[in-house]
Amino acid sequence: MRVLAAMSGGVDSAVAAARAVEMGHEVIGVHLALSRMPGTLRTGSRGCCTIEDSMDAQRAANKLGIPFYVWDFSERFKLDVVDDFIAEYQAGRTPNPCMRCNERIKFAALLERGLSLGFDAVCTGHYASIVDDGAGNLELHRSLAMAKDQSYVLGVLNAKQLEHSMFPLGATASKDLIRQEARDRGLSVANKPDSYDICFIPEGDTRDWLKDFVPTDPGKIVDTEGNELGEHDGHVGFTIGQRKGLRIGKPAADGKPRYVLEIRPKTKEVVVGPEAALEIAELAGARYTWCGKAPEAPEQEFACEVQVRAHGDTVKALAAVVDDELRITLVEPLYGVATGQTAVVYLGTRVLGQMTIDSTRSKVSSGV
Amino acid sequence: MSVFLDHASTTGLRESARLALTQALELVGNPSSVHSQGRTTRELLETARDQLATACGANRSEIIFNSGGTESDNQAIKGIYWARHKQDSNRNLIITATTEHHAVIDPVLWLEASQGADVAYVKLLEGGMIDISDLENIIQDHHSRIALITLMWVNNETGVITDIPKICEIAAKYEIPVHSDAVAAFGHIPIDFAASGLAAMSLSGHKIGAPIGVGALVVARSQKPTSLIHGGGQERSLRSGTMNYPLAAGFAAAATEAIAQLASEMERLKGLRNYLEARVVEIVPGVVFTSAKAMRADYNSHLVFPGTQSDAMLFLLDQEGICVSAGSACQAGVLGPSHVLAGMGYSPELASACIRVTLGSTTTKSDIDSFLIALAKVHPIALKATPA
Repeated sequence: MRVLAAMSGGVDSAVAAARAVEMGHEVIGVHLALSRMPGTLRTGSRGCCTIEDSMDAQRAANKLGIPFYVWDFSERFKLDVVDDFIAEYQAGRTPNPCMRCNERIKFAALLERGLSLGFDAVCTGHYASIVDDGAGNLELHRSLAMAKDQSYVLGVLNAKQLEHSMFPLGATASKDLIRQEARDRGLSVANKPDSYDICFIPEGDTRDWLKDFVPTDPGKIVDTEGNELGEHDGHVGFTIGQRKGLRIGKPAADGKPRYVLEIRPKTKEVVVGPEAALEIAELAGARYTWCGKAPEAPEQEFACEVQVRAHGDTVKALAAVVDDELRITLVEPLYGVATGQTAVVYLGTRVLGQMTIDSTRSKVSSGV
Repeated sequence: MSVFLDHASTTGLRESARLALTQALELVGNPSSVHSQGRTTRELLETARDQLATACGANRSEIIFNSGGTESDNQAIKGIYWARHKQDSNRNLIITATTEHHAVIDPVLWLEASQGADVAYVKLLEGGMIDISDLENIIQDHHSRIALITLMWVNNETGVITDIPKICEIAAKYEIPVHSDAVAAFGHIPIDFAASGLAAMSLSGHKIGAPIGVGALVVARSQKPTSLIHGGGQERSLRSGTMNYPLAAGFAAAATEAIAQLASEMERLKGLRNYLEARVVEIVPGVVFTSAKAMRADYNSHLVFPGTQSDAMLFLLDQEGICVSAGSACQAGVLGPSHVLAGMGYSPELASACIRVTLGSTTTKSDIDSFLIALAKVHPIALKATPA
């Protein structure tokens, strides 16, 4: 196969590319330039977008003896990921930009370009596995290295995208083994630190970063009865379940901490309340996709597990498609789930599908 | 083995330059030393200065050896600006064009951002040539404020030639110094510093078969630019640093050879370039030759393939073993739209769809044919790979 290895400049994608080469594929390395800000304005290495990362990726490609190119997806990235990220926060939701990037850039724009340029697959350093179900259908599964599992952010992939994707790290038991392999292969990125933050927010402070794009727009902080507890200088950047930075002067009657329960962009209100009110009973969303083969009768309720954060716990649930919506009833509790977040549905280790959460129903109060 | 058609980015080391360089590397002696070995290397350096002066029509004392074109442009532009501004603080206007190399644009923008300079960009005619009448108007209106004019002799992307002697003639009426980046001109078209009327001219070695890392700023004896690099003043008190006689010797040898072969090479490369363009238009009838309506250097063919993207074309051609280039890439390696084409009024789409093919002393008809075969193969793929 002709394989396009997306190389971020990190250790994972370098080892993934190396393994693709070893499998006998014709591999070409590509670094995606995603940031419109010149790299010179950045300090340090943040996982993508910087000159250092581009150079690290190129050095790795040279070590593997494969051609290497930098492709500019910054315009698409700005439109599909960064602008979407800002708009979602403005609408009072909490987006996952890595997921959007996988959905619209890596396995869409890059894959489409790759296919039209004669490639068969995109290879990345994601920790996930693609497994054949024995009947010719490809399934996405969690990686063997559970601590690094990234199947959650790949939940957006459909059957066609899975056919053209390659995740060579999925069967490796730990990141340490990947680093060791990188050292053994003489890759200079072997000891490069992991990236955790959102790549386009260099300082890691989302709320502060958003200030440059969203004007200050003060509003009230209220409790579930509508009593005013304080003020905020803009609802954008608050996240359901957030406890810190609320700046409420007086303590709650029970003396316990309060959490953001709801964000109401129309009235600029941020609703806070006790932790118990964060417990969610049901999630629903109209924007759902199946990862690989769709279930045969999704309208019939089925048992599954659901995960709502990239590194969050998985809880037992029941799911069914009702009135063009995927509805997930939680069997085990989840706390502080925001609309805009993605719920990924698992059957054991298999990713069955995902949805963007449009609404949640709390256990103790009415839903949003 | 790949086919190299990117000679304007850099070109192979000439045998004459390799010989001069390696022989000089056998010697030990700082040209500034008073002892015999110092005198030996000094002699080598000064011989190189003589040869380079002859090659570009300058006086030997006007040759300032340095690290290359970028340093030359920085020294000339900043040095002349500072000196002229010091003489008369009203002089803060720099005349240039949007199609200049970044080695010119960036120092000019730096002077604007941090030194209080104003910048006026001369209009361009169709095909990218400087609009001389617009330049005359600017000079007439602002002559007392003009610190310097800087316009390149041959455009590095499009190959368009600027009539430098004519511009110097106009500027001379008001004694305005003119600097020219002649990096893409020297060794490719006839240039004569003395006859041009230039105040300063930038040259680079590696574009004509010398090693990378050597160049020269030619500075008229009448000019006293402020120094950029201090520390001993080895080169006419303008440029400091131990004088690099091996690289200077290599540069002088390459320049001498390039000038000796200039007339015949121009003729030969023009034939190859015309052959290339005649065949390209058969393969891609919609191709645009960006500088066809201008005076241009014969080793350059600058092409726009509408509906494609440069980076896809470069990638596909590279896969076929063809080395060409497009606009300049940023430090991270991202190809942006060509600022030269943008300056000439091309849309961002077209400015992102260009390919530069540049020929050199080793180029043969078979190289051109390889390019044409590859182009016919990859152009339809590149069209298909462009998002709607």
